Amino acid sequence: MNPPDISLIPLLFASIFTSNILLANFLGMCSFFSISKDMTSSNGLGMAVTFVLFITSGMNWVVYHMVLVPLGLEYLRYIIFIIVIASIVQITEMVIDRVSPKLYITLGIFLPLITVNCAILGVSLFLEIREYTFTQSMVYGLGSGLGWWLAIMLLSAIRKKVEKGPVPAPLKGPGITAITIGFMAMAFIGFGGMLPVQ
Amino acid sequence: MSSVAAPGPILKENLWTNNPIFMQVLGICSALAVTNLLANTMIMTLAVVGVMGMTNLTVALIKSLIPRKVRMMVQTLIIASYVIVVDIILRAYVPDISRELGPYVGLIITNCIIMGRAEAFAQSNPPLISMWDGVTSAFGYMGVLLSIALIRELLGFGSLFGYQIMPEAFEPWIIMVMPPSAFFVLGIIIWIGKAIMEREGAPA
Repeated sequence: MNPPDISLIPLLFASIFTSNILLANFLGMCSFFSISKDMTSSNGLGMAVTFVLFITSGMNWVVYHMVLVPLGLEYLRYIIFIIVIASIVQITEMVIDRVSPKLYITLGIFLPLITVNCAILGVSLFLEIREYTFTQSMVYGLGSGLGWWLAIMLLSAIRKKVEKGPVPAPLKGPGITAITIGFMAMAFIGFGGMLPVQ
Repeated sequence: MSSVAAPGPILKENLWTNNPIFMQVLGICSALAVTNLLANTMIMTLAVVGVMGMTNLTVALIKSLIPRKVRMMVQTLIIASYVIVVDIILRAYVPDISRELGPYVGLIITNCIIMGRAEAFAQSNPPLISMWDGVTSAFGYMGVLLSIALIRELLGFGSLFGYQIMPEAFEPWIIMVMPPSAFFVLGIIIWIGKAIMEREGAPA
């Protein structure tokens, strides 16, 4: 194994801003389009995604390098990753329910959605392709989660404004949202060359 | 979701009036990233066609055996198994493209369209028609992504499927190669699609 030579702090910033998982890699779009109408839900979902991403990126690294590689079962990784993600989401749900019922009410409805959020599986696959070390994986998972959270909050704020604007009828809804995301992506990627992610 | 179960109406519905991308903006996560080259998009969407058809067929075949409580998990596992098969096939026959697609083949698993169709259609319909539904939905998806890729490759590289189309003097638009353009082109295509639909009088 030959981990990429990148220190942790640049990696954290790169995964939040310049290589934002959503705006540069298009991951996690499905819930992004439907949830970003409302700021409170966006915040809840962002929090849940960040948390789950942080845990799963570490777990999947361990499972991949400690179990699948020694057994020569790398081709099973898709199934294993998705099972790990689904179980972690389930456990998170139970733990949050016990520890903080208030937080559970905020996050509860979003947790099941996260299992099929492409960003979570995407990050696990990136870790494996880019051959990150364990700490790099955890940092990348955390950064990607924060980046996703930031992007969905920004978009839901922008959408509030856009709703009031004179948008042509057929462009309303998903159309204008896609174009808005395009402008956001330009802003984020503008600094792309400064911080390489791999 | 209307309850028509004849092949013709399903085709029209999935390709146009209820196109997964225009109407629901589902499942674009795993595929927008590969729309800068037509060839990659073609392979990617063909993989989706295969996975989606087989998933719907399988789900419809074994739906009576799956306990309702765990059906989401079972569907995900069925999808994941077919994605593994597709991934291995791609690695064997088109290794270059497979490498370029990278993680995005695996991400077909979390493509919401597949899960959505399995849940909405295959759960309550017989196997063959479900497979047809899966394949046609995937073609509707393919149509939109190929048109995005067509615009992006033509303007970004001046070529189609890797063949130079534009004259030498044409200056490639760098922005078309970069991620933001995928969103712009998608937004514009949704706009055009919806505008035509509204003119036809379909409930948009």
